[in-house]
Amino acid sequence: MPLDLICPAGSLVSLKAAIDYGADAVYMGFRDNTNARAFPGLNFDEAQAAEGLRYAHDRGRRVLLALNTYPQPDSWSRWTGAVDRAAKLGMDAVILADAGLMRYAVKQHPQLRLHLSVQGSATSYEAVNLYREHFGIQRAVLPRVLSLPQVENVVRHTDVEIELFGFGGLCVMVEGRCLLSSYCTGESPNSAGVCSPPKAVQWTDTPAGLESRLNGVLLDRYGKNEKAGYPTLCKGRFEVGGETYYAIEEPTSLNTLDLLPEMLKIGIAAIKIEGRQRSPAYVTQVTKVWRAAIDAVKKNADSFKPTPAWQAELNKLSEGQSHTLGAYHRPWK
Amino acid sequence: MNLSLGPLLYYWARDDMLAFYAEAANWPVARVYLGETVCSRRHLLRLPDWLALAEQLAAAGKQVVLASQTLIESESDLKTLRRIVGDGRFQVEANEWGAVRLLSEAGVPFVAGHTLNVYNPDTLDVLAGLGAQRWLPPVEMSRATLASLLERAPAGMETEVFAYGRLPLAYSARCFTARHYNLPKDDCQFRCLDHPDGLLLSTREGEPFLTLNGIQTQSAGVYNLIGELSALRELNIASLRLSPQSRHMGRVVDAFHAALAGEHKAASALARLMPGQAIDGYWHGRAGLENSMEQHA
Repeated sequence: MPLDLICPAGSLVSLKAAIDYGADAVYMGFRDNTNARAFPGLNFDEAQAAEGLRYAHDRGRRVLLALNTYPQPDSWSRWTGAVDRAAKLGMDAVILADAGLMRYAVKQHPQLRLHLSVQGSATSYEAVNLYREHFGIQRAVLPRVLSLPQVENVVRHTDVEIELFGFGGLCVMVEGRCLLSSYCTGESPNSAGVCSPPKAVQWTDTPAGLESRLNGVLLDRYGKNEKAGYPTLCKGRFEVGGETYYAIEEPTSLNTLDLLPEMLKIGIAAIKIEGRQRSPAYVTQVTKVWRAAIDAVKKNADSFKPTPAWQAELNKLSEGQSHTLGAYHRPWK
Repeated sequence: MNLSLGPLLYYWARDDMLAFYAEAANWPVARVYLGETVCSRRHLLRLPDWLALAEQLAAAGKQVVLASQTLIESESDLKTLRRIVGDGRFQVEANEWGAVRLLSEAGVPFVAGHTLNVYNPDTLDVLAGLGAQRWLPPVEMSRATLASLLERAPAGMETEVFAYGRLPLAYSARCFTARHYNLPKDDCQFRCLDHPDGLLLSTREGEPFLTLNGIQTQSAGVYNLIGELSALRELNIASLRLSPQSRHMGRVVDAFHAALAGEHKAASALARLMPGQAIDGYWHGRAGLENSMEQHA
């Protein structure tokens, strides 16, 4: 089916909410650094994963497992063990970034369906097709850097299904190619499964305003009437050439509701909602809106227009209460 | 252990680039990486120009490697990539997996660049099977992790380590230099030309933090492993990559060359040639911006 809705499950409660409100599939991670949302209190142990799978499968939906960090040489068996567990549990697919781990998965579990993670940084059909030829991947999640015509060009030159991010936190960098977090804190998404990790965050009230620091580095300072957001490194205010501004990216969310008709037309297989670290309430609201929108666009793509109510609901849930089309829309670049 | 001159990550005036490589022909580097790896809009040297430079440097006894673009977005990016691979005269550094596919299809040995994200020996083995002869670890990899990876590295694989320069940390579809000037990327007016060592980004309390270089974000600090040569030798590292900067590059190369020959004063000579503070946190398994020398002082 085109435009499958893939929702984030950081916990069993979120998983059930996503399924109840119309996700076609959910994605989850195990409770360690084998996935890119390795936050304390988040993710699934084996028993919870099994329960989540039962809940989804009983309702005809699918569960995908993110194993999308890069295995480290000293703990290689943690990642291969996770692949083995995924196969044993009956995951509908594993989402991998590392070629070595893909080779292991193909060899040990030839029946296991493989998706190329956004962390694999594949932005061209040549890269996507390499993973197809060598590891038989069925789907690739593209980094949030291509414009829609560029995405279409990828779709046209591969038989791998293409999945795109539709909503949620916006990575301004090519996923898998950003080491800003480890530069500042020692931990990056690639090797530790975290970006701007909470344990490195420090808030201080000062006479100059509320300050957010990451491992001691000042990311931003907020005036009395400014709303402070989570201090993600790339969304701080910095000085460049004597000007202080959001030099890399504003605190904003990606929202591609407007692009749904085009995504349907060019044959996008699935839309991914970011946010395994968000609350079950967030998952509920976002899933509801996106289910309604995807149903509407499939019914009649020509007359599709996102309703003001959907946009208002999504804006409430967005970082900085604003949204952007990101790189799908060329002027953003 | 010998020296490699990494690809020029910045955008300079054509004459400056030509002069730089004319000088480089006389530097004690075994290998020179050529080509535009950051932004397809930078065109003052086009592929035929790079190939002409490659011939000159090869004639001067350098091993030449053509480095491929790190972020491929358009069909025209792929066209350039195919021409680089198809030329066949020089080895190519693959900086994303599309280039790996083209090189393995062509059946030619290649260099696996540091943005291929090789974090374990199994992935390195996959690349060896596809034709990689030489590789670079991700710049965030520590000495300890590299040591552990190399215990199971494929036979004959040569390792090159990024050992000097501002660290390339991130790539985006967005151009941060154009953004600074409130210009759209498609009409950037090539402002990178005004910043031959990138555009410094500091915190609101004036601490240098990052360097904006078009779509690439670099460290503000200058990674420097000149004090780690014995550790690098112990790991049997084949080459050290020195990343170009606009001033004093010949003297930077000389300092490393002297240090390799055992001259102890070379490291302090280097300190005066760097465009930013020295850093080496990654090598020691810490935050990249840290400097072990500072902590010991």
